[in-house]
Amino acid sequence: MTVFVIRRLLQSLLVMAVMSTLVFAGVFAIGNPIDILISPDATQAEYERAVRSLGLDLPLWEQYWRFLQNLADGELGISFVHHEPAIELILQRMPATLELAAVALLLSITVGIPLGLWAGLKPDSLAGRSIMVGSIFGFSLPNFWQGLMLIMIFAVMLDLMPAGGRGETAVFLGIESSIWTLDGLWHLALPAINLALFKTSLVIRLTRASVREVIGLDYVKFARAKGLSERRVVFVHVLKNIMIPVTTVIGLELGVMIAFAVVTETVFAWPGMGKLIIDSIFVLDRPVIVAYLTVIVVMFIIINLVVDILYSIFDPRVRLADVGA
Amino acid sequence: MPRNAWAAAAVAAAMFAPAMAHAEDLTIAVASEATAMDPHYHNTGNNNQIMAQIYDRLINQGPNQELLPGLAESWGPTDDPTVWEFRLREGVTFHDGSPFTAEDVAYTIARVPNVPNSPSSFAIYTADITEVEIVDDYTVRFHTATPYPLMANSLSTIYIVSADIGEDASTECFNDGACAIGTGPYRQVEYTPGDRIVLEANADYWDGAPIWDTVTIRPISSPAARVAALLAGDVDVIASVPTTDIAQLEDNDDVNLWQGISNRVIYLHIDSDREVSPHVTAIGGSEIENPLRDVRVRRALSMAIDREAIVDDVMEGIAIPAGQLLPAGFFGVSDTIEVPDYDPDGARALLEEAGYGDGFAVTIHGPNDRYINDAAVAQAIAQMWSRIGLETSVETMPRSVYFGRASDLEFSVMLVGWGAGSGEASSPLRSLIVTNDADRGLGGANRGRFSNAEVDALVEEAMQTVDDDARAALLAHATEIAMDQVAIIPTHFQVNTWGTRADLEYEPRTDEYTLATSVTPIE
Repeated sequence: MTVFVIRRLLQSLLVMAVMSTLVFAGVFAIGNPIDILISPDATQAEYERAVRSLGLDLPLWEQYWRFLQNLADGELGISFVHHEPAIELILQRMPATLELAAVALLLSITVGIPLGLWAGLKPDSLAGRSIMVGSIFGFSLPNFWQGLMLIMIFAVMLDLMPAGGRGETAVFLGIESSIWTLDGLWHLALPAINLALFKTSLVIRLTRASVREVIGLDYVKFARAKGLSERRVVFVHVLKNIMIPVTTVIGLELGVMIAFAVVTETVFAWPGMGKLIIDSIFVLDRPVIVAYLTVIVVMFIIINLVVDILYSIFDPRVRLADVGA
Repeated sequence: MPRNAWAAAAVAAAMFAPAMAHAEDLTIAVASEATAMDPHYHNTGNNNQIMAQIYDRLINQGPNQELLPGLAESWGPTDDPTVWEFRLREGVTFHDGSPFTAEDVAYTIARVPNVPNSPSSFAIYTADITEVEIVDDYTVRFHTATPYPLMANSLSTIYIVSADIGEDASTECFNDGACAIGTGPYRQVEYTPGDRIVLEANADYWDGAPIWDTVTIRPISSPAARVAALLAGDVDVIASVPTTDIAQLEDNDDVNLWQGISNRVIYLHIDSDREVSPHVTAIGGSEIENPLRDVRVRRALSMAIDREAIVDDVMEGIAIPAGQLLPAGFFGVSDTIEVPDYDPDGARALLEEAGYGDGFAVTIHGPNDRYINDAAVAQAIAQMWSRIGLETSVETMPRSVYFGRASDLEFSVMLVGWGAGSGEASSPLRSLIVTNDADRGLGGANRGRFSNAEVDALVEEAMQTVDDDARAALLAHATEIAMDQVAIIPTHFQVNTWGTRADLEYEPRTDEYTLATSVTPIE
């Protein structure tokens, strides 16, 4: 297993190097952030001063070399726009995104797996069919439209929930988060539902398909023949076996939810990383874009690692040390 | 409103003043967040509208960008036109209780050009000042190398900070609040990037305690979400109501809309310089000599634009047709320039006369995320030009790509907007119209490279003329020539719309700022 983890980490270093080069060159090719940031009535001299002070007058390779030097010192660069370390800007906003993604993930698992199980075990029942039809809406309606509808219905028409923004935060177990306060949860509910709707539908369909596949297999028949209770058959034998595809997808989707919750965060004015990255892209704030994607690559690598380890727990046939060794 | 009506309103306001003293909080949603809390870090409207509430300037700008006494009670050039004297207001205290004196002014002017990594420095407004002379605690003199008539306008953009924050007060120090010490109506109490800025009333404000106890400013970039937040009662005031929602909100009794013209003109810049322009060809695509150098062709292009139709159809009536650089009422605006009439037949005749009766092909470039309905405006103009026989295409792109390419002169005809931060006509004239001269810092945004010696001379003379009336006349004259020569084709002035709760009033501002001090309860 150690060999496996080390190999994985080495591979990920390579991925990060390639990614940073591509992003660096890509943003450089789009244009010069000073063109957007500077006041239009600035003089040419002022323009050149601004370009120089951000090091944008240097050739691309030299800018990249400086970036690598800073990286060696553990620095991911200073934001052109906010003049703060890019990594700090990201970490500042990370808790808001993580809590949103965590709650959305929790929602999609706790709602999606039971509904998927039900639809898989009783595919011809009215409930089973309704669940499947509902799930089609869940992933075919555009995310931003769902968000606006949630706001229209629950915030504007019924006046029950806030239309956006993050609520009060509190510190518990050393973590500052808005999930520890009632006001915070109240603000979190709509964006989390918005983010979770698509994933819930995905989990429902995946669970149902896996259940349909497994339910006819010999070991389930055998378990039933042994006279085990239906509950034991479903929750131990069936559920454990369908967890592998479900875990893979949930893991990847968690990464996607954290990294690219841009739409939900924009619609609900949620002060998370997604809004930071989209704002940074609009003004070509390269240090933030590069740092953000680096963080995201690291995150995906960790998630994949955790998923692989979870496989070995769910399925004793998987031996991590064997993989690629 | 006539002058005595204003006075009556002021008396009424004074009578109701005790009734308005009740404690209330205000939440404002703006479209874009400030990039930092350092008042000298980034010269952009998103930042300035926050700073204007925490800090005072020597001269403040009113709702129509008129100059009002701020920390200076009076000002003007001395007998020597290269020296301006400012008499400072006595008895003003900073948020930390320390008194405001001339030292703070000198400190501020010295700090402005030295903010590290400023992406858009305020130094352009202080660069002409060669020396700040402290005469006594409440008198300051600014020395310049040559007469500098824009001194008052320039200093109306500089936020005065306390000298006590020390030599190397950093942008970070302002962000965490320790250095954020101003004299303004509100104090900075919380800054959570991306989420909110919280301000608290400065009860000792020299112009009277503000109405609102606590002001929360939240960035909500999605227009639909901003409107929803107002409808849901999450926020009390929103900036930049999208034009598509205005008709529907007008019918809503829970919401008030407030509209005001902005200092921003939307115009086409035209390559009137190069012999061959990259995006102008003969119909069919073969290279031709640039027809846009001929003033008759430029005039024809302007006449072919139906400005009323742009305003009514594209802008949903929320804009004003433009024939010059700033709306009526601003300093240096010409009274004689009319909005060009829509005259496609006249335009065709002019093209014929210029030898382009068969038309030519041209591409309009524009941004698609910068101005209100920008891409649709470019499309509309293209259709109008097609009607006079020009094969017109449109290419729009995000501003992150667009402005850099426009500055590199990659385009032939480009849609741009200009907001006059100083609130007077020398700002667009010096940047857009005067011959491009990087060494002297002129014509920096003259992306069509228009050049006219007479206009240059008039603007140059205006920039040496300290007398206001004489300068206004010179600027107006320069504008008349520039518009006659079609240096640029103005299409419309933007009108901004604010939304508030039904029991609030917003006083619109030409600088597009959204300020808590402009919000008052309707009694």
